[in-house]
Amino acid sequence: MTTIIFWLLAGFTLAAAVMVVVSRRLMYSAVSLLFTLVGIAGLYIFLWADFIAVVQIVIYVGGITVLILFGIMLTNRIESVNISHDRVQMRYGLIGGSGLLILLLIMIFRTPWQVLPAVEPASTIDVIGRMLLIDYLLPFEVASLLLLAALIGAATLARRKR
Amino acid sequence: MDHLQTYLVIASLLFVIGLVGVITRRNAIAVLMGVELILNAANLNFVAFARFGGINLSGHVFSVFVMIMAAAEAAVALAIIINIYHLFHTVNVDEADELKQ
Repeated sequence: MTTIIFWLLAGFTLAAAVMVVVSRRLMYSAVSLLFTLVGIAGLYIFLWADFIAVVQIVIYVGGITVLILFGIMLTNRIESVNISHDRVQMRYGLIGGSGLLILLLIMIFRTPWQVLPAVEPASTIDVIGRMLLIDYLLPFEVASLLLLAALIGAATLARRKR
Repeated sequence: MDHLQTYLVIASLLFVIGLVGVITRRNAIAVLMGVELILNAANLNFVAFARFGGINLSGHVFSVFVMIMAAAEAAVALAIIINIYHLFHTVNVDEADELKQ
């Protein structure tokens, strides 16, 4: 049962990701991106990463997708209902992408991965919190500085100059 | 679903799909969506290696940092795209070629 759900989830995620790239309407791309991100959150749950799954939903689905939707609406005239957009360099993109994919698949299946045994933890949040505030304290503070700079920078950039 | 390779294959498929999107899309926001897919593929790899490396939660911490980066990047990128729209009245990346002579 779990296996069936896993493969359905993986197929759903990848199909939505393909829709993001091939859909001719920008709005459909954005909604497909939302479904992709939800599917990846489901995959995180299969990987025992409960906290990361919730953060994925909150930041990506709740934040970035809404930001992208706002960006689409601000940069397209509302009367152009079907915001279509054509593609360029399809041949180069497909050749380069499939070449890289073949390379990656060869690497994945020929590398002898060393998998360590593990039991499912009851919760990952306490360990992550401890690591964030002990082992990774400096990157954590730098990230907060980065967010502040991005906030000010985005507000300054997006404001219309008089 | 209990093999590392499964997740690596899914992540590399996501990465390649995002890369094709970045290469082939003309609209700058669609390019940004491709970048988000690539970042998510990297995150999936981090979490998969954390799971199969004996629950080493450093991978989770790193994926949190990647998400913070992605949020900052999306905000600044959209501000730049809105500026490009005000300047050129289009957001197609191949038409914003003011520097090209």
